[in-house]
Amino acid sequence: MSEKNIPAKKRIKDLNSLEKVYFPEILKALKLTLKTMFRPKFTMQYPEEKFIPTGSYRGRPILVMENNGEERCVACGLCARVCPPLAIEVQAAETEKEKERYPVRFEINMLRCIFCGFCEEVCPEEAIVMSKDYELAFTKREDAIYGKDKLLVPVNQLPDKIGFLRNYR
Amino acid sequence: MPKINIDGKEIEFKQGQTIIEAAKDHGIEIAHFCWHPKLSVSGNCRMCLVEVEKMPKLVIACATTAADGMVVHTQSSKSLAARNAVMEFFLINHPLDCPICDEAGECKLQDYTYKHSVGESRFVEEKVKKGKRIQIGPYVMFDADRCIMCSRCIRFCDEIAKDPELTFTKRGDRVFLTTYPGEQLDNLYSMNVVDICPVGALTNSDFRFKSRVWEMSLINSVCTGCARGCNIELWVRNNEVLRLVPKYNEDVNSYWMCDHGRVNTFKFINAEDRVDGPHIRVEGNLTRVGWDEAYAEAASRLKAFGKDEIAVLGSAFATVEDNYIASKFAKSVLGTGNLDFVRHIDPSFGDDILRRNDITPNSLGAELAGVKPSKNGNDFNGIIKAIKEGKIKALYILEDDIIAENSELENVFAKLDLLIAHATNFNKTTVLADIVFPAATYAEKNGTFVNFNGRAQRIRPAVATLDVDRALEGMAMSRWDKFGTKFDRWAQGKHFDARSSWKILVGLASAMGQKMKYGMAEEVLLDMANNIDAFKGLDYDVLGEFGVQLKTVNSKS
Ligand code: SF4
Ligand code: SF4
Ligand code: SF4
Ligand code: SF4
Repeated sequence: MSEKNIPAKKRIKDLNSLEKVYFPEILKALKLTLKTMFRPKFTMQYPEEKFIPTGSYRGRPILVMENNGEERCVACGLCARVCPPLAIEVQAAETEKEKERYPVRFEINMLRCIFCGFCEEVCPEEAIVMSKDYELAFTKREDAIYGKDKLLVPVNQLPDKIGFLRNYR
Repeated sequence: MPKINIDGKEIEFKQGQTIIEAAKDHGIEIAHFCWHPKLSVSGNCRMCLVEVEKMPKLVIACATTAADGMVVHTQSSKSLAARNAVMEFFLINHPLDCPICDEAGECKLQDYTYKHSVGESRFVEEKVKKGKRIQIGPYVMFDADRCIMCSRCIRFCDEIAKDPELTFTKRGDRVFLTTYPGEQLDNLYSMNVVDICPVGALTNSDFRFKSRVWEMSLINSVCTGCARGCNIELWVRNNEVLRLVPKYNEDVNSYWMCDHGRVNTFKFINAEDRVDGPHIRVEGNLTRVGWDEAYAEAASRLKAFGKDEIAVLGSAFATVEDNYIASKFAKSVLGTGNLDFVRHIDPSFGDDILRRNDITPNSLGAELAGVKPSKNGNDFNGIIKAIKEGKIKALYILEDDIIAENSELENVFAKLDLLIAHATNFNKTTVLADIVFPAATYAEKNGTFVNFNGRAQRIRPAVATLDVDRALEGMAMSRWDKFGTKFDRWAQGKHFDARSSWKILVGLASAMGQKMKYGMAEEVLLDMANNIDAFKGLDYDVLGEFGVQLKTVNSKS
């Protein structure tokens, strides 16, 4: 676009006489305000009223726990590798089970996490997913490091997320 | 020299070389699984199929001798299609669970699947299952599902370890790698099969699942298990050495190292009994003190003895730099000629593959660095005798637990008025010591070892201490090392308060009023290069990646 096509800013001297009278313009604005007042409201009375996100939402990452109480994660370390701010630490160990590898320690530092969802995307086991939890506040740095105890969530509590991943990924 | 044309590039080759060898010498990699430069040709994997003009069919590059004027195509549509087909066959029964497999990240099959396969499988039937977690030897775990039947491990045992233990049984897709009846994969070199196995079928049970390879950094170093000085890589995560892997050096160890070296020579670095900071005996107990206090204490106590009442023992476990400064310290600071080091010979250790009876990495280096008695001084036996007679009252020992080797010395050393020891770990000698200086291990310092054959080779720091910083020292850094903060649990690996022995001696000399002007290990070596014939012309760049054969030492093999 050449410079000539950019409309010049309206200056006071450019206003027409009706606009210069001012009063009709105030009425116009009041009309808009009145109209908006009767539209449906978007503001929520948080924290009394809570926002429930949909399945596609990227809240804090969690680990999926199977119905038998075991984690799906096989400690491949791909999420830790892909995580841009290095929020994830996975320490693998060996088990007797069919999948011989499991995370003996799995920690996510919620202060480092930027909720990008890369971990969910890279995970070959659908073991780490982004939850609906967005309420994260800490008074100590250590509290922000979530271990397996806080990360594991039973799979039957995650129908929205799993459904979203199955349909759209 | 005869010439062969590979993908339009004319290259010279030596008569008798195969196509794959000729290509390798010129930096062209022809994909392969079963071929290994140091093993006999087996030709079973078919991965190295290439098109040769005027030949009716594709040929395997590993078993086809190069001939003058041959024209080879490795990227023609025919050879590309052949490689893809071979890959498809390999993947038919392969479990394809890289996320679980410990080889992921350093797996030839994984790499080649990206490079040489279209990545589509037409196989929908049930995969053959043969078994997981089979402990086929004390240090090696076998996963039969992952094996691609390349026979490298079998040939290694037959040809390199000279101890046939492995074989195939059955046929077709049921081929199964196993040990001979009543045998185990337990030769002294068994863990090399882990390195040469192109897939995750054979894994190191000492390291398995400890870390992903991409989370670690690696540094070239030298094994301290015996006087061979096999070249190795130290693999480190969170400031802790997790495994040793042999590094190719044709003049020393080729591609191999022994299991003893691989398993037993690094765990002391992070052991509970590491000496952390200088220690002084107070009311019978070794108590941690600051460096200045320890130097001052050692200096004032050493000054109380006459020249001939003091003896210094260097160490075949310490570097030539450490030993050179030790000899200088003895001769010019303490003024004593009672100077020697202890040789550690285990007649049952050596063999005619790599292992040597001398189980220290640097006995030749210590000797060359000048750790020997002067004309009127005592050698080791003389020193012991003189201590018994009460003539020598103070002993200074570098990094060597000599009481562990010879418990009779315990009574002898009890006679001493002063025993100062440099030690990496608390041991039987430090139990008697009055002052203990914390010595950096071979993984925490720069230095040089001279192997039995007169080859000088460099060691480099891989583990940071309070004295050597990872970034400032230019050590290899993993992503975790680079971005870890003190708030990250994965970046809080222990940093010991330890220094190289030469540095400790320089500090002590200065506390005794004699300045030695060395800031870095290399400056010590440069000084040696100027003063000792054997080290003439050496610096760390000259030592380089593979070390240097010292000219004044006759090579033995
Ligand atoms: S959401 Fe992104 S930043 Fe957070 S843990 Fe996953 S990969 Fe890391
Ligand atoms: S990517 Fe998935 S399976 Fe792998 S370590 Fe992370 S959560 Fe576990
Ligand atoms: S175990 Fe490894 S080295 Fe041995 S035959 Fe199988 S794939 Fe080859
Ligand atoms: S042969 Fe000696 S130097 Fe080589 S790995 Fe074994 S102990 Fe170490």
